[in-house]
Amino acid sequence: MSQDTLFDKVWELHKVANLPGGSDQILIGLHLIHEVTSPQAFGALKDKNLKVKFPNRTVATVDHIVPTDNQSRPFKDNLAEQMLDTLEKNCFEHKIKFFNIGSGKQGIVHVVAPELGLTQPGMTIACGDSHTSTHGAFGSIAFGIGTSQVRDVLASQTIAMNKLKVRQIWCENKLSNGIYAKDLVLHIINHLGVKAGVGYAYEFAGPAISALSMEERMTICNMSIEGGARCGYINPDEKTFSYIKGKLCSPRNENWDKAIKWWESLQSDENSIYDDVFKIDASKVEPTVTWGITPGQSIGINQKIPSLKEIDPNDQFIAGEAYEYMGFKPGQPIKDTPIDVCFIGSCTNGRISDLRVAAQVLGNYKIAKNIKAFVVPGSERVAKEAKKEGLDKIFLDAGFQWREPGCSMCLAMNSDKLIGNQVSASSSNRNFKGRQGSPSGRTLLMSPAMVAAAAINGKVSDVRDFLNK
Amino acid sequence: MNDRFNSPVGRFSQINGKCISLVGDDVDTDRIIPARFLKCIDFDSLGKSVFDDDRKALKGKHPFDLKTNKGASILIVNSNFGCGSSREHAPQALMRWGIKAIIGESFADIFYSNCIAIGIPCFTLSKQSIKIIQRYLDNKDLFFEIDLTKSSASSTDLKFNLGIKETSRKMFLSGEWDTTSKLIENNNLIEKKLNDLPYIKFNSNF
Repeated sequence: MSQDTLFDKVWELHKVANLPGGSDQILIGLHLIHEVTSPQAFGALKDKNLKVKFPNRTVATVDHIVPTDNQSRPFKDNLAEQMLDTLEKNCFEHKIKFFNIGSGKQGIVHVVAPELGLTQPGMTIACGDSHTSTHGAFGSIAFGIGTSQVRDVLASQTIAMNKLKVRQIWCENKLSNGIYAKDLVLHIINHLGVKAGVGYAYEFAGPAISALSMEERMTICNMSIEGGARCGYINPDEKTFSYIKGKLCSPRNENWDKAIKWWESLQSDENSIYDDVFKIDASKVEPTVTWGITPGQSIGINQKIPSLKEIDPNDQFIAGEAYEYMGFKPGQPIKDTPIDVCFIGSCTNGRISDLRVAAQVLGNYKIAKNIKAFVVPGSERVAKEAKKEGLDKIFLDAGFQWREPGCSMCLAMNSDKLIGNQVSASSSNRNFKGRQGSPSGRTLLMSPAMVAAAAINGKVSDVRDFLNK
Repeated sequence: MNDRFNSPVGRFSQINGKCISLVGDDVDTDRIIPARFLKCIDFDSLGKSVFDDDRKALKGKHPFDLKTNKGASILIVNSNFGCGSSREHAPQALMRWGIKAIIGESFADIFYSNCIAIGIPCFTLSKQSIKIIQRYLDNKDLFFEIDLTKSSASSTDLKFNLGIKETSRKMFLSGEWDTTSKLIENNNLIEKKLNDLPYIKFNSNF
């Protein structure tokens, strides 16, 4: 059993009671909701004749279903319109703060909460979305929940949950030039596998993690769930505090000093005990690309797709499925794989620093012929900042489409979908079968910089060839 | 698919039913219910769309389409079942198709808690035991009687001791898997805890 880690401290602080069945009743400090996983929860409250207990501890935005081309209301898609309409009504009825389209604060829920300063160290944060683990980058304990648990949080501000074990993932050394947080997290998932995190919270630590910016840390924690870990976090430090300072909802004046003092006390103790420790050497990470149908099936840009013999026996079944679905053969290089669609966006890599680095790679290049490429900023704030910096122009000049904020083709709940067996180079988080909207569509996950490089060449490319020119 | 859907209520200790096997590791919730079906404000119509893409690809040969599996209610799966998205629509779709319990090598965390929250017990068995069941199902029908008090599954030919988290098992036996009312009982404790949180004190501006 772990002891004195940040996870232990935050868990203990939020534990309301031991439930008769043996699980813990955990208080949720910040509850985030969106249009897809909340309507049934509000419906259940109504059925049970219950009210939202602490409406000011829940914040809403709309992200999954929003069209990113034309956002005028009513949406062309009736179902999407109905979902937003339902969220608007629920928030109004229950007095929940809602960042709607055009408010200047709308966007992907995991981009919005940090940029507004809602996400802070030491909080428990829950949302009906598995990528809630993103917020752990600030030293909060954040995890995805299902709709029944959304109902419970609305009704009681608590959920019933068993405490997770804690695995520290120690990242030695530093990432090389042209290697990004996305490459690191794909590398970690590849080494540990997609099931290893079941039952665990991941604490990401070590020099390579300390060296990352807050937005890069969010990319790492975001994909904890892809390694099976419901929750991933990083101990807060100076970078965390300076990111939060001055944000719309962050503590001010004398409260700021109190906050810092408390946040510092939350860090895992030097002698804390972990249930497991896993070490990797970050200097060995290459630009990483997935070749299969789970985020664990990835290789370095210069590697070849592994043969069954090279794969752990437990992962051979899904590897066989992956060869068939992707149409790739063992031994085939991933580099130079032709691409049809390039997508930059998502809660993993749709932040301003992601757009900056992709724009830097693009420079004055044009994208290859026959490629559809589009950028979906993570939030209205990201879009505004990008325009201020002229990034939109760089993307447009290169041949990218510049869209409105939302989740978009990460999960294709709007009209942004792959067609047939198109191959996408995607900065998102999941390469599952059919994930990007076509039942035979194929997704190659990579960093936004690598997506930009793929767009220029029309095929999977090594971004370092562009950075070194 | 079962014609009539009855969601589980209260405490229960027995689940008896026909088994249906779905072979494969890392079956994610996007596959169980593709995102386009998440455009809904209730769960009612999800049952018919469960595994929609996989079923279309297999043109009637998917386990959920086979006549022999009609009326089945105990799903047999392999490892890391339900990984990926937290969408409760996935277990809701399985439940509305007719699934009442799942036995597998392992389950993804969020999927597991979603199942418990809606009254679908998830049990674990070793890789070998799952293989035995899946091979058996290749040849004939299998009806299991699952007893939560003994954590066992038995048929005329087979008997297994099932793994299940003790907290989950107790929740089904007591009816507390339907958590809301139990959580609300601690209202006073909740309010005190919330007001004591350091960050509630220094975050006056939200």
